[in-house]
Amino acid sequence: MELRDFTINSLRQRIKAREIKATDVCHASLERAEKLTDLNAFITLTPDRALKQAAEIDLAADAGRPLPPLAGAVIAIKDNMVIRGVRTTAGSKILFNYKPPYTATVVERLEAAGAVIIGKTNCDEFAMGSSNENSAYGPVKNPWDRERVPGGSSGGSAVAVSTGIALAALGSDTGGSIRQPASLTGVVGFKPTYGRVSRYGLIAFGSSLDQIGPFANSVEDAALVLSIIAGRDPIDSTSSDAPVDDYLGAAKGDVRGLRVGVPRQYYGTGLDEEVRASVESAIKKLEDLGATVVDISLPNTEYAVPVYYLIATAEASSNLARFDGVRYGFRAEEADTLKSMYSRTRDQGFGAEVKRRIMLGTYALSAGYYDAYYGKAQRVRSLIERDFRNAFEMCDVIATPTSPTPAFRLGEKTDDPLEMYLSDIYTITANLAGVPGVSLPCGFTSNGLPIGLQLIGRRFDETTLVRAASNIEQAIDLDTKPPVEGL
Amino acid sequence: MSITRSDVEKIAELARLELTVEETESFTLQLASILSHIDKLNEIDTADILPMSHCSTATDDPEYARRDDKSRPSIGQSLAVENAPDQEAGFFKVPKVIGG
Repeated sequence: MELRDFTINSLRQRIKAREIKATDVCHASLERAEKLTDLNAFITLTPDRALKQAAEIDLAADAGRPLPPLAGAVIAIKDNMVIRGVRTTAGSKILFNYKPPYTATVVERLEAAGAVIIGKTNCDEFAMGSSNENSAYGPVKNPWDRERVPGGSSGGSAVAVSTGIALAALGSDTGGSIRQPASLTGVVGFKPTYGRVSRYGLIAFGSSLDQIGPFANSVEDAALVLSIIAGRDPIDSTSSDAPVDDYLGAAKGDVRGLRVGVPRQYYGTGLDEEVRASVESAIKKLEDLGATVVDISLPNTEYAVPVYYLIATAEASSNLARFDGVRYGFRAEEADTLKSMYSRTRDQGFGAEVKRRIMLGTYALSAGYYDAYYGKAQRVRSLIERDFRNAFEMCDVIATPTSPTPAFRLGEKTDDPLEMYLSDIYTITANLAGVPGVSLPCGFTSNGLPIGLQLIGRRFDETTLVRAASNIEQAIDLDTKPPVEGL
Repeated sequence: MSITRSDVEKIAELARLELTVEETESFTLQLASILSHIDKLNEIDTADILPMSHCSTATDDPEYARRDDKSRPSIGQSLAVENAPDQEAGFFKVPKVIGG
């Protein structure tokens, strides 16, 4: 059985017609995950939970009961979202044995819709990274070239979907952590509008930036999963009660008259030439289908990386204060006072990048520097948000590369944090402005690495993104199955 | 503004991170490099710009993010301490606080 031959809905139809059993699909996924352990996409598999859910779907199918929209769909969850009783590490040593006492809203919604949760995927520690090399559980490898990174921080979720272990996966995106790995592995990755999806049960990194979203092998599947997880949640007061639109239906619309903005600041120095050509050709496809291309300007783009690395680290330094060795996770031994227990636990429990960001964030918030750094960043963030509002007066969707380069080599950027931060240069603006963005495959480099196109939309206008993305997907019609050996 | 070794030591103290000598050394260099990139923000005059602290798009209704102040069931003491590295009789246990 090859999961990549199905969409979520086509699998559900086959299960409903009793041509395929959800338990067989689940077994096949678990076997595939075992065969591909060298990619290191999972930190924890949850076979018992998955098979129990699959058996219930089969029972419902056998009894002729109606099947929910995700019935039998094997879905993987990034390991920074909690599931009661299932080890959740956030890619960190400091949570090596944490078994949460509650379950994230997104996971409850997926399971209520019939999804089979197969396991927890590897990620950069506390979602901090762009290569998945910051995980305490080892790096994830890119199935297109195992010497290369899958992107990050949701690298495991991207790889689980790309290799057909799961039909879809959830990731979290604070500065590009869904879209960038989607781009580097050749899958669809959707970051919804801030507030579109409940963050309850997501281990917080940057609370004003974090958003959960889906990975899938088609725009249609990503739209379907989004429609299940979107919507107001009373226990996340930042979740919005804006109506959840028909994302799946939006995939069927055409793009005639759609105004596509091309911001010149996203096509400057540092952009790989093959990526540029592929993205420009995808935009041309939209034009061929009746869309209008408009040159636009997002003038404050060059300030996005410094703004992001002040705001995200400031919020992280506050959010990560809770990891102190008292209530859960790792505690350093050989400490005889409370204060030294805190400091040793945190030094030994956190990895280098997390400590670097806690340090930067603490500095940006400290007395004497608050206004010059954190306050300044918040003001420039206003300008970046205003850039998008102005741009959306002239266009309906913005088209850019997702990442300036295709997948880079393992170890290539680990010695230079700033160089690593610049790989998020095209994605972090959407988080700062709170707008939705999607990355979809638009081509390959000459050496066979996937290239991603990013579409950015107005707040709560996910339908336009789905519509534009779906049209491009059909027009390009790429084969995005990686050459996976050993199956 | 450049960052010194003693700044790094002070921040580590505030952040409750007992850094090794090597970490203090490398963080001083790396943070200096990151901060010099961040200094780019000083190019922009933001005197008249309001800070943006969040991008929540709650409706205009101020009651939106509120709920009734009623007690609700909680997870309970035994589950709350279940993950603790050290616990006793339903309490979190820590090294001595006084003098620490």
